[in-house]
Amino acid sequence: MSKLFPKSINLLPFKLLAYAAVVGGVATAGITYYATPSYANVGYAPVQPVPFSHALHAGQLGMDCRFCHSNVEKSGHANIPTSQTCMNCHNQIKTDSPLLAPVRDSYASGDPVPWVKIHIAPDYVYFNHSVHIARGVSCVSCHGKVNEMDVVHQAKSLTMSFCLDCHRAPEKFIRDPKLVTNLDWKNPEGEKAQIEQGKKFVHNWNVKPPQSCSGCHR
Amino acid sequence: MSSNVEISASTQAILAEVNPASNPRPVLVLNDRSHAWITEKVCGIIEGKTPLWWWVCFAVSCSIAGCSVIGFTYLVSTGVGVWGHASPANWAWDIINFVFWVGIAHAGTLISAILCLTRQNWRTSINRTAEAMTIFSIACAGLFPALHVGRVWLAVLPGYLFPAPNANGIWPNFRSALEWDVFAVNTYGSVSLVFWYVGMIPDLGVLRDRFFKRGDKLRSGIYGFFAMGWRGSARHWVHHEMAYLLLAGIGTLMVVSVCSIVSFDFATSLIPGWHTTIFPPYFVSGAIFSGFAMVLTILLPMRAIFKFEDFITAYHIDCLCKITLVMGTLVGYAYLMEFIIAWYGANPNEGFTFVNRTFGLYDWAYWIMFSCNVITPQFFWFKKVRSNFAFIFVLTIFINIGMWFERFVIIVTSLARDYLPSSWGYYSPSIVEILTYFGTFGVFSMLFLLFFRFLPIIPMSEVKTVTLQADVHGGKHS
Repeated sequence: MSKLFPKSINLLPFKLLAYAAVVGGVATAGITYYATPSYANVGYAPVQPVPFSHALHAGQLGMDCRFCHSNVEKSGHANIPTSQTCMNCHNQIKTDSPLLAPVRDSYASGDPVPWVKIHIAPDYVYFNHSVHIARGVSCVSCHGKVNEMDVVHQAKSLTMSFCLDCHRAPEKFIRDPKLVTNLDWKNPEGEKAQIEQGKKFVHNWNVKPPQSCSGCHR
Repeated sequence: MSSNVEISASTQAILAEVNPASNPRPVLVLNDRSHAWITEKVCGIIEGKTPLWWWVCFAVSCSIAGCSVIGFTYLVSTGVGVWGHASPANWAWDIINFVFWVGIAHAGTLISAILCLTRQNWRTSINRTAEAMTIFSIACAGLFPALHVGRVWLAVLPGYLFPAPNANGIWPNFRSALEWDVFAVNTYGSVSLVFWYVGMIPDLGVLRDRFFKRGDKLRSGIYGFFAMGWRGSARHWVHHEMAYLLLAGIGTLMVVSVCSIVSFDFATSLIPGWHTTIFPPYFVSGAIFSGFAMVLTILLPMRAIFKFEDFITAYHIDCLCKITLVMGTLVGYAYLMEFIIAWYGANPNEGFTFVNRTFGLYDWAYWIMFSCNVITPQFFWFKKVRSNFAFIFVLTIFINIGMWFERFVIIVTSLARDYLPSSWGYYSPSIVEILTYFGTFGVFSMLFLLFFRFLPIIPMSEVKTVTLQADVHGGKHS
């Protein structure tokens, strides 16, 4: 049968296996890198109606997150401040800055400033800010170092596995609730001490982050 | 030489005293057919022109298969609400049809694996077809679990059915019998496919050579590709037979394991009528029973159409009928035993379930099941029935119907009447379910017609080993 197939065809199965491995590997790596939220969503930084700088307010001036996002400890939803909150200071400072015109208009008319939402939890996910804050999950865990951002962007993937990484090992992340808004804080004694301390918090506060489907998909 | 077969005087005296009955081994290939005749007969089907009846049947099968395509497309595009499922019967035709088709698959593996290990030579001429039936019915069965959730992409995305890292950080629940199903059925499907293919390699080599001689490079190339360089050397045969034997060993486990695991879908739950230890053997015997009925349903017309009377003899059909009888009787035993255990267990819920099955809202289904599965096979006690092929064909159709109703009875009656009378309901299918199920018969026969047209439907190399010519004694050795 030498006329039907050349001798080189003996290598065909191995070649096919090699091709399948290369194509499969490239496809898997490509999908893993390009088609997951860590690539698609991280870095999302829309243009806001007012170029509000968190780096200036929260970083340089040292304002507490809760001065503006005042309901975060009490409510499931972390509120965006009303223009009245802005005007507490800005009726004294930079009163005629053209950049602040939308805030003054909003204050006068009562219509909210049309801020663009960045961190979006899908509507099939239940997420409650207050319970996380009360049990010492810092803002920085999900939002990154907002105190260093001139323009806020999404810093973490916020995928389901991102949530589960913490829900499965909360001791790696939780801290004294007094320190939740200190975005620069890291356990000064290192990672080992963080886990030891975290385990104590988990035990003392009876932290039981849900891992069942219905914990978040209610 | 002759001294070896000479019988001593004392032996002859004993033989005269004992007077053993003459019980000659049945001839498996009639009319002393030669090896060349067998090759011509089987390859002739593939090499000849496509007959008109094939085109007609294929067109009809495709149209019927279209019903499944329409049903599934509507399901996926609209949602699972288009099926008749509703609480409390959240499972119905999806799993009924799945178990029905998976059950049918089992006869193929039994014929090709267990009968191979037990050296039942009559398996040779029918194992290829039986195993094709296995593979095609697994394909039909797999459609239902893959598509019944509506979100079909979940069947392939990592982390849902198959454990693989994914962006959701989730993992299949290995404590769930449904996850065991995924592995059982996939293992079964792949082992059966490999078994079928390995057995076919020598025959594919024959087809390659024949097409090459005719100068048909294309077909020769295609068969040659799948023949994987088969030359029929002694070395090839040694490896081939060892591989085949090992696969037969693995396949033997599958015959018992797969339907046991399918039965765990029910047995590991707490629903009355499901939570019983008899389920694994009950499902396995039911599966083999339905499978043998389907093998007969396929073999009898195939034998007539292709004039395979010399390969598939009355003896073959007789053997198949006897196994069907044994399995059918086992199934009947299981039906009765369920009642005895329900009574002896003294659990009021269990007792109610069985009374409800027999005399409740779905009693019509129960009695269809009972008469088709328990009474029908009893005809096979009679030699006259076992040699009346038209009658056998009719009986097997009844068994096929009965075995579908068995799954319907088990699943629907238990769910529709569970612990809470406040949540009792009556399930009836929607037109979408009916069309989808009907369509799978089209898929099944379509695949079978392709098999008839393009593959050696009788394992030539195996059948040749059981001909009279292959016997060094020419069949005269007693």
